[in-house]
Amino acid sequence: MTETTDAVTARTATAGRRAAPGPPNRPGRRSAPRRLLPRITPWLFLLVPLALLVTFTYVPVANMVYYSFTDWDGVSPDRNFTGVDNYTQIFTRPELFRVFFVSFYYLAASVFQIAVALYFATVLSFDLRFRNLFKGILFFPYLINGVAIGFVFLYFFQDGGTLDSVLGWFGAGTDHAWLGDPASANTSLAGVSVWRFTGLNFVLFLGAIQSIPGELYEAAQLDGASRWQQFRHIIAPSIKPVVSLSIILAISGSLSVFEIPYIMTGGATGTSTFVIQTVKLAFQFNKTGLASAAAVVLLLIILLITWIQRRLVPDEKVDLV
Amino acid sequence: MTAHTATPPTTRPRPRLGGVLVYLSLIAAALVVLLPLGVVFLTSLKTSEEVADGGATSLPGDWLNFSNYVTAFSDGRMLTAFGNTAFILLFSITGTVIIGSMTAYAIDRFRFRAKKLVMALFLVATLVPAVTTQVATFQVVNSFGLFDTRWAPILLYMGTDIVSIYIFLQFIRSIPVSLDEAARLDGANAFTIYRRIILPMLKPAIATVVIIKGITVYNDFYIPFLYMPSQDLGTISTALFRFKGPFGAHWENISAGAILVIVPTLIVFLFLQRYIYNGFAQGATK
Repeated sequence: MTETTDAVTARTATAGRRAAPGPPNRPGRRSAPRRLLPRITPWLFLLVPLALLVTFTYVPVANMVYYSFTDWDGVSPDRNFTGVDNYTQIFTRPELFRVFFVSFYYLAASVFQIAVALYFATVLSFDLRFRNLFKGILFFPYLINGVAIGFVFLYFFQDGGTLDSVLGWFGAGTDHAWLGDPASANTSLAGVSVWRFTGLNFVLFLGAIQSIPGELYEAAQLDGASRWQQFRHIIAPSIKPVVSLSIILAISGSLSVFEIPYIMTGGATGTSTFVIQTVKLAFQFNKTGLASAAAVVLLLIILLITWIQRRLVPDEKVDLV
Repeated sequence: MTAHTATPPTTRPRPRLGGVLVYLSLIAAALVVLLPLGVVFLTSLKTSEEVADGGATSLPGDWLNFSNYVTAFSDGRMLTAFGNTAFILLFSITGTVIIGSMTAYAIDRFRFRAKKLVMALFLVATLVPAVTTQVATFQVVNSFGLFDTRWAPILLYMGTDIVSIYIFLQFIRSIPVSLDEAARLDGANAFTIYRRIILPMLKPAIATVVIIKGITVYNDFYIPFLYMPSQDLGTISTALFRFKGPFGAHWENISAGAILVIVPTLIVFLFLQRYIYNGFAQGATK
């Protein structure tokens, strides 16, 4: 750090020396191009970022809305305007709408996930033996490659695989094909998602808890507050914003599940999710119009949820200003 | 939930039961995390006969049997995959750092008329989940002729990363404006200030962004899967995914492939633990 600061001062010093012999920069005598430069300077910095933002976020969103009203297949030059036909299909064809229900498995799982993360974050925010080891173990799954996780758990859930063996140790040996029927397959996949994402919630909660000033606990302890009272009156209120953020991430995450089920089952046996279906519609069945309509529906739902959250918890710190 | 044996001396001694339960819950959680990974590691060292005959949790006969790793590495085209991933990582991380810091600099240090609009554009974009727009993004990428090239994911990773802009923005605010002003008095222009003052001061934020972005890109499956279908352009995610195909039920090989992909993450994690926790806490809460 010091090294670079020195470099900075050295550099600015030379810059200063170089600038010195030039004409003095008096405000009254600025010519037109000189006044133009400061005005466009911020735009020079923003040119590339804005171009990328517009090209890869706003243009696609606009196009997507447009495609959703057509019967385009994504390839052919002609696309016919079909009005709201795609939207009608999504809401009336049961096989298209069904995928929404799969989200409930993941939603239920995320409730469990947040509770578990909250418990371990509270426990590990106090001094404890092997604290860092446990922290590391709990967080690590979040960093692992999704495809690797998919394969690890395919093996785990295999007939006579790890899960069956472990259950066997406890005398509950089953011969269950965990990924074989829709209910247990979705539960298993949602379990994988808990395994994978609890660590992120855990670290977020832990960070929030640790930013609480230590004096608060000391004062509470002097007043004879129990651990539960400390949690209830000190920890809970101060991590409310993070919990609320986690809930939003959980809801939008549950609606847009893709990787784990796609890698593990390919969406078979009723495990297809909204995004899997959209990807298949668009890239396998060339129904770009219909897929776009589905994506618009998902986008609107997520925007709606976010909006509701902002209303309910207005004190979110999303200030860009 | 209650007692913790090693709290500061001010605490009264607490009943041991609570402490024991806390440790039991931690050990149970650790087992839940480690067991699936441990079993896959064991499997990666077994021969195909051992996998077929023994149970999932049996131990390998030869602990130094690395032949599955050799198979996974060569047949899974892991070398190409690591190369492609490194290429994409290098460009997308550099791009993200430059773009994110420039945006943050422009937004925080200048006053201009459309500032509110620009900020709104970035803010609203955070609400649009990338998975929903890929159907249409695909057409944009395709129209640039970038489909099935390594530039498609690079541009997408650079162009959609708003989290890094937030991180830089938060950090840039804590850099005193008087530094800029001093440099300006010395005749430095806006770019010199950005390059010589802001960027070096942003080092901690850059470290955070590099870590978060690095892990995201290394693990991403969706974008390379959609945009780079060629065998030669596999990243470690897609290469591993495709590797399973021909090896169907050869779990010893697939396990070795999975472990090969996980090990670099583990190494990075062990070395950078503290920064990684902080980075993710900062990144996700913006």
